[in-house]
Amino acid sequence: MTRTLALALLSVAVLAGCKREERSLRMAPPVAAKLDDVRLMPNQIGGAPPYVLAALGQPYEGNAYQLGLGKTLYTWFNCDGCHAQGGGGSGPALIDGWWRYGSDPASIYVTIRNGRPNGMPAFGDKLTPEQTWQLTGYVRTMGAEQASTAAPSRNDDLQSRPSENRAPAATSPPARVAW
Amino acid sequence: MRLRWTSAVLSPLGCAGCVGWQSAMDPQGPQAEHLHRLIWLFTGVAAVIWLLVMLSLALAIWRRRDRSDEPVVPTNAARERRSAVVVFMAVGATVGVIAGLTLASYLATRQVSEASAEPLKIRVQGYQWWWQVSYLDPAAARQITTANEIHIPVGRPVNIELAAADVIHSFWVPNLAGKMDLIPGRDNRLEFTVARPGQYRGQCAEFCGLQHAHMALLVMAESEADFETWQNAQLAPSAAPDSDERRSGRQIVTGKACGACHTVRGTEAAGTIGPDLTHVASRAYIAAGVLPTTRGSLAAWVADPQTIKPGNNMPMVPLTADELRAVSAYLSALK
Repeated sequence: MTRTLALALLSVAVLAGCKREERSLRMAPPVAAKLDDVRLMPNQIGGAPPYVLAALGQPYEGNAYQLGLGKTLYTWFNCDGCHAQGGGGSGPALIDGWWRYGSDPASIYVTIRNGRPNGMPAFGDKLTPEQTWQLTGYVRTMGAEQASTAAPSRNDDLQSRPSENRAPAATSPPARVAW
Repeated sequence: MRLRWTSAVLSPLGCAGCVGWQSAMDPQGPQAEHLHRLIWLFTGVAAVIWLLVMLSLALAIWRRRDRSDEPVVPTNAARERRSAVVVFMAVGATVGVIAGLTLASYLATRQVSEASAEPLKIRVQGYQWWWQVSYLDPAAARQITTANEIHIPVGRPVNIELAAADVIHSFWVPNLAGKMDLIPGRDNRLEFTVARPGQYRGQCAEFCGLQHAHMALLVMAESEADFETWQNAQLAPSAAPDSDERRSGRQIVTGKACGACHTVRGTEAAGTIGPDLTHVASRAYIAAGVLPTTRGSLAAWVADPQTIKPGNNMPMVPLTADELRAVSAYLSALK
């Protein structure tokens, strides 16, 4: 009896292996257009992401494929040029948990799309809203406010920063900000 | 009876697949010729051996023991000696055939990989899922970058440096040479000569992801004079737009997301992630052999690349109908 029960449970557990992460390759244009509906507070820091993200199941937070595309864009659009491997250079660090213009998805999205004072250029005319969200999702995993179960693929070369889904994640801002 | 006639008529049709612009059975250069001879040598020898084995098997079945009370091991000393001779001869023949084929294979490989003194140097870099082609002229001003199409002069040896940008790909133009892998971090070389002018199709021969099957390239072998004409046309910057529609098309290509990934020499578009579009309309196909280059196919591609080639790196850039018309008019004039 116990053995039958164990076998039944095991076979149910095996079925869980059939779930495969969904790779969304093409977004319907009306949905993609809605991705740009970000509302920010008057000071341009903190705000609400588009409703459509919730309807899509937050793909830019927990889908490894989308995070991987974000990581690709991070290299392609030379984010390393200023932020280095997240450690900061002529631009601020992205992995220390300290955000000058807000750490929530909507703020980071607008940071990439519109740029920010003191040097962050606007990428709104270089990236589609979907790509901007992919990049936002990836930048947020670098900051790692909380440990994540989804992670982009590893670097081909030596990893020069903590892994994107590390735990414990960054908790408090550093004691002294060099800025 | 009827079946036999039908198969006799149909079997030569199977050989029709052996010729054409993508076939190792239709060699168009000395390197491919060596490989072709090797294929036939191996096939011929293996066919003879197969026939001999089948014959002896049939003989053994035909001469089976009639009665079960006959001893399995022959007691006759003369018969035993005869079978020992046969076994030793067969073993000797096997060793001889294997050694001969090894030698033939070694000689063919050596001839195929012979380097020539002054080859035309081309660098081919594999991306998911297209080929970047650069002509490595010693003079920097004479270097050409194009995509998915290699033009080469007939009779001049071509040395191709093979590199990969992301994953392992494999360069295979069956009519001209064997396969050679493109490995990230390790550049390989492949040298071949084309004997006759023509168009030869190649294909990525190492599974490299979702669109591996849609990663084709075209080798255009042409006379030295035609090659020079092509080279000079490619060296020129992109054609200036000659109508209002094309002018606004250029503005969209440089001002919107296109220029972030693509280069159009002579404009501000200078991205290096996607194929160089300076002379995109001079190429026979777009998207690595997926669609023939026409204004319609260019428009279809820009409008919705993820439906035509799902998973490729080009995003669907939101454009209005007028913008799309202008972009396709501009791109189709980039001869």
